[in-house]
Amino acid sequence: MASRTVAKDIITLRGSAAIVSEFFGYAANSILYNRGVYAEESFGKVKKYGLPMLLTQDEGVKSFIANLTAQLSEWLEAGQLQRIVLVIMSKATNEVLERWNFSIETDSEVVEQSVSREKSDKEIMREIQAIMRQIASSITYLPCLDEPCVFDVLAYTDKEVAVPFTWIESDPKLIANPQMVKLHSFDTKIHKVDTLVSYKNDEWDEQ
Amino acid sequence: MDAGSIGSSYKSSSRCPLQEQFLKRKNNRENLDRFIPNRAAMDFDYAHYMLTEGRKDKENPVVNSPSREAYRKKLAETFNMNRSRILAFKNKPPTPIDPIPQELLSSYVPQTKISKPRRHIRQSCERTLDAPDILDDFYLNLLDWGSNNVLAIALENTVYLWDASSGSTSELVTIDEEDGPVTSVSWAPDGRHIAIGLNNSHVQLWDSTSNRQLRTLRGGHRQRVGSLAWNNHILTTGGMDGKIINNDVRMRSHIVETYRGHQQEVCGLKWSASGQQLASGGNDNLLYIWDRSMASSNAPTQWLHRHEEHSAAVKALAWCPFQGNLLASGGGGGDHSIKFWNTHTGACLNSVNTGSQVCALQWNKNERELLSSHGFSQNQLILWKYPSMVKMAELTGHTSRVLYMAQSPDGLTVASAAGDETLRFWNVFGTPEVAKPAPKANPEPFAHANRIR
Repeated sequence: MASRTVAKDIITLRGSAAIVSEFFGYAANSILYNRGVYAEESFGKVKKYGLPMLLTQDEGVKSFIANLTAQLSEWLEAGQLQRIVLVIMSKATNEVLERWNFSIETDSEVVEQSVSREKSDKEIMREIQAIMRQIASSITYLPCLDEPCVFDVLAYTDKEVAVPFTWIESDPKLIANPQMVKLHSFDTKIHKVDTLVSYKNDEWDEQ
Repeated sequence: MDAGSIGSSYKSSSRCPLQEQFLKRKNNRENLDRFIPNRAAMDFDYAHYMLTEGRKDKENPVVNSPSREAYRKKLAETFNMNRSRILAFKNKPPTPIDPIPQELLSSYVPQTKISKPRRHIRQSCERTLDAPDILDDFYLNLLDWGSNNVLAIALENTVYLWDASSGSTSELVTIDEEDGPVTSVSWAPDGRHIAIGLNNSHVQLWDSTSNRQLRTLRGGHRQRVGSLAWNNHILTTGGMDGKIINNDVRMRSHIVETYRGHQQEVCGLKWSASGQQLASGGNDNLLYIWDRSMASSNAPTQWLHRHEEHSAAVKALAWCPFQGNLLASGGGGGDHSIKFWNTHTGACLNSVNTGSQVCALQWNKNERELLSSHGFSQNQLILWKYPSMVKMAELTGHTSRVLYMAQSPDGLTVASAAGDETLRFWNVFGTPEVAKPAPKANPEPFAHANRIR
């Protein structure tokens, strides 16, 4: 990426895909830490986006997320990814408790004609930073997850996408009557990512 | 506390995101302290309505009427399902539950889009053979193509074998009137042994190379055996009594296990490629998935999944060759739909209305395609592209419902038989490159209509 004195950077499709999939990797880790899906001791601190980010040290989860982000990056470069959803389900009942929805809007002109866009790297970092903070602070209003939980990631892709060997078709795992909170979004001028968390209503919320 | 102060406190929280929590939820009834991160997303009119008038409706909870459900589904379909596919990673992240055996992680090949030339699919059948006296009964399975490239077909009381490489016909066996007619036929995986289910509830085992009967399985079913499926040395039989019996053909007391679940005749029976799961469809409109591992566990039910989404008999069943755990099922008259299932999770992935009763299904082993055979009114075979479920070809020719379908071992030809007493061959999955010398050398004037008898 060429950096000129005006501090405007060129973003290519590949670069944008890398930014988005990397963002998702860190966001997923942050969600897992903050929601307590895995034990807090299994996370280690790294510096990213100007914040102390927590990454899991568990090999299994690490490789799962690594494979995931690699595949997402590929789909993003082809402009075929519509959204990524991280679902948190109760381990005992397999009921979906929380759904973190990242919708992606791709600028199709960039995919088809491989032009590049301009946006300051710093500004993208700032936008991502804001979302990371929001995820961290979401524990203030999300209901407590008292029981052991597991997570899964769903990818919404275009109909024509060839399903890679390691992926299978799935149902959307929706929540009935959810509460939804919309978080900030960030935009690389090629991909725009909106974040939304929907969660199951706590019993004592009902009248 | 107004929104302004909350807004500014958000800005100041940039110094310590995880420490201070101004916004404890004191009282659930007052949504005053709610942290609102993005005002732009709020719909104030709606919010106001819900706060003031919405409350009144809480006394009478809105009943989900079927029309509402249908409307909602239609909306979701239009906005969502038609445009996107939902995929989940096959290897689930590690949890305290036993993880699924890990396949090779990093070895996936990015799918480059090589545009293959669209192959031409002949709309008419390659050849037609006479099949006189074939029973026009929806619940039977009278056609099977073995791995030795021999086609077995049951015409009333007799089972004929047609060698596809040479084109010659031979009779395997004629059953006595009182035991017959033959209700199902199935080749064992070795292509040499063949199982024949009879109307009197017995199942005969034959060796086709020596034309000798090896044994008769009796005592399991009380009524006719309409469906058979092989899993190595286990022959699974489905009867009109609704029972599904796993027989070990090597043992003297052959009944290994009985699956009870269906209330009416079991007309569809298929083992998955891995041999781990069995799919069964019955006249009671139910589709069951049985898993071999359930036998050992203390499960409350014998079956793994029970699906009642079909509204007619489920005879057509086919496991996907390129995606394990994917099963396609077809419903009979009154249902007309093909449904796709993830048999691991039990989720219904897709449902397509074909407009006509679905009698049989066959997957293309080489391409991502599915072939379905139908009844009234066109008696056609439809080739679908998977997963878009776009119709690629419609093959007509039969004059009555195409009840029986079998695929050649090389995966290129499909044989179909119907109550119009014809057996037709379609090169729908591809054209065999090797020329067929035997039939061409036949100088007879009516070479296109060979007789079996």
